[in-house]
Amino acid sequence: MSILIEESKCTGCGACTQVCPGSLLKLQDAKAKIAKPERCWGCCSCLKECPVQAIALYLGEDMGGRGGRMHVQKEGHLLHWIAALPGGATKIITVDSRDSNKY
Amino acid sequence: MNIQYLSTDFLILGGGAAGCWAALEFCKRSQGKALLLEKANIRRSGCLAAGVNALNAYIGPGHTPQDYADYAKNDAEGAVDEALLLSMAERLNGTVQKLESLGLTILKNPDGSYATRGWRNVKINGENIKPLLAGAVAQEPRITVLNQANAFDYIVQGDRVTGAFAIAVQSPVLYVVTAKAVLCATGGAAGLYQPNHPGFSRHKLWYPPFNTGAGYAMGVRAGAKMTGFAQRFVALRCKDTIAPTGTLAQGVGAKQINALGEVYEQKYGTATMQRVRGTVRENAENRGPCYLRTAGIPQEQDDELAKAYLNMAPGQTLRWLETAPPSVQNVEIDGTEPYITGGHTASGYAVAVDRATSLKGLFAAGDAAGGCPQKYVTGALAEAEIAAHAALQYMQDDPPQAPDATPVLQTLNAYFFYDTDTVDALEEEMQGVMDAYAGGISRQYTYTKEGLAVAESKIAAIAQKSKSCAAKDMQDLVYILELQERLVVCQAVIAALKEVCA
Ligand SMILES: Cc1cc2nc3c(=O)[nH]c(=O)nc-3n(C[C@H](O)[C@H](O)[C@H](O)COP(=O)(O)OP(=O)(O)OC[C@H]3O[C@@H](n4cnc5c(N)ncnc54)[C@H](O)[C@@H]3O)c2cc1C
Ligand code: SF4
Ligand code: SF4
Repeated sequence: MSILIEESKCTGCGACTQVCPGSLLKLQDAKAKIAKPERCWGCCSCLKECPVQAIALYLGEDMGGRGGRMHVQKEGHLLHWIAALPGGATKIITVDSRDSNKY
Repeated sequence: MNIQYLSTDFLILGGGAAGCWAALEFCKRSQGKALLLEKANIRRSGCLAAGVNALNAYIGPGHTPQDYADYAKNDAEGAVDEALLLSMAERLNGTVQKLESLGLTILKNPDGSYATRGWRNVKINGENIKPLLAGAVAQEPRITVLNQANAFDYIVQGDRVTGAFAIAVQSPVLYVVTAKAVLCATGGAAGLYQPNHPGFSRHKLWYPPFNTGAGYAMGVRAGAKMTGFAQRFVALRCKDTIAPTGTLAQGVGAKQINALGEVYEQKYGTATMQRVRGTVRENAENRGPCYLRTAGIPQEQDDELAKAYLNMAPGQTLRWLETAPPSVQNVEIDGTEPYITGGHTASGYAVAVDRATSLKGLFAAGDAAGGCPQKYVTGALAEAEIAAHAALQYMQDDPPQAPDATPVLQTLNAYFFYDTDTVDALEEEMQGVMDAYAGGISRQYTYTKEGLAVAESKIAAIAQKSKSCAAKDMQDLVYILELQERLVVCQAVIAALKEVCA
């Protein structure tokens, strides 16, 4: 499991570099970079922090990943999880932080 | 590297669940200052980074703290300290209320009471639990937070722990922090054993790969008494994504089945380790793979499960989206590699009821503290409260003098002059040794006296090699220190397992 950073979207704001629990993200030439993607835990902290959805989560091929990419868009209480799936479909799941898990 | 000297009243190592809570509690009870030292950033660090699913330690109506202590004792497969369990259990429900007052969403019954899953779990939305804690810390002016500072050794003067050494992760700074009392809240240790996916996804662990057992190693080096290192925690998780299974097992009532479709959990029992061991046995006896039987659940449950997993283990939801939802496909399960964590089993610092360690001036709470399993989030918070009170009681002396840090600086600087870049290779070697000779996944968690002797000598050799790893920047230096911490913890685990075999 790891993340991809879309360089063309990244504004270099640095927000993601502050929160990674493994300090894996650094700014380099005003763009966020992950030097060791194999050290990523997949926690998605950086995705949630990015204001322009430049970061995506994916499942590594060695763990059976099929090439899907998931972004997060934050809107007040809401987290919109936007998944671009292998067949080309997009699926959006919205979670409201005021709603508890049912299970 | 520059040396920066800092002093405070209460030094807290690790700004996770226990660390943040201890700082808050300390400020509530005193006029003193606290310094929270965190290797990442307290906004999203440690176990809580991705969020949590439920509050797993709570005492529901009709039950008592003694019931909780009894449950934890029965579930454990080794020695636990009942007095520790009881002192934690008495505070569990209070911490839930405080979390709610910080803004945590908790599901309520129509009468206003908390909605529980079984009698010990409270249903919540735990995605933002860490930002909520960090927000509360930010509002307390007497707490100084030092983010991106990695602690690696205690300052010991005479028979007292009087502070800690740390390095900045991004800039060339050695921090020398002295304090009237010190709390170790650095969590447990992951990355000791070869993981489920040793290749690219080698950090897709259950326990955070960034909790490297620093606090345990610091304690061992300083001569603190440790306990329960033979009680390794192996988690039963969704295969590949290593996402928790409790939500499926307890939340939607999915049973563990083998490849023949037989429900096998009754055969082995449902205590935490029995669930894992049963799965290992089914696989070993050619009845694997094993699954949680979700196929056939109503489709609405798919949607709720997708959300619940986004709140704690988003990779599992992505897996379902890429393949098929749980209503269509059973969820394959597997055991993880072993972890050492005092939040689930009883391994960690040996502590007294007030969470004082065997070293004067040093306290421990959360996954770093031993003797008291089944803590989960609220138990870690309960211990943090107890430890903060005890630290406050202990603090009467004048502030300690800062030691001469030159020898420490020289040792660190030496790594910049070596030319063998071997951290990743040595880490892989260490994990392979632990897997093969100290009861890892490939050995179905079993070990022998003879194998442990091999592990002991191989780990000692790796520890020797780790002393000449090369660093080109501060981040590399942190990786070297982390490797060395893990090696110390491996040695402690091997020693404890040898005692079991004796
Ligand atoms: C994936 C996962 C899911 C969980 N889900 C649940 C759940 O749903 N419900 C529940 O009740 N419990 C859950 N738990 C358990 C619970 O999260 C932990 O028991 C609890 O967070 C432990 O608190 P802690 O403060 O001891 O450790 P942590 O919260 O991990 O904090 C340790 C902190 O120390 C820092 N640190 C480590 N080393 C150093 C160093 N050398 N220098 C400075 N700082 C350092 C880390 O970065 C981290 O911030 C879960 C645990 C995990 C791993
Ligand atoms: S997903 Fe988590 S571990 Fe991976 S880079 Fe982002 S913040 Fe770091
Ligand atoms: S948060 Fe997003 S925009 Fe900001 S630096 Fe990171 S990737 Fe770039």
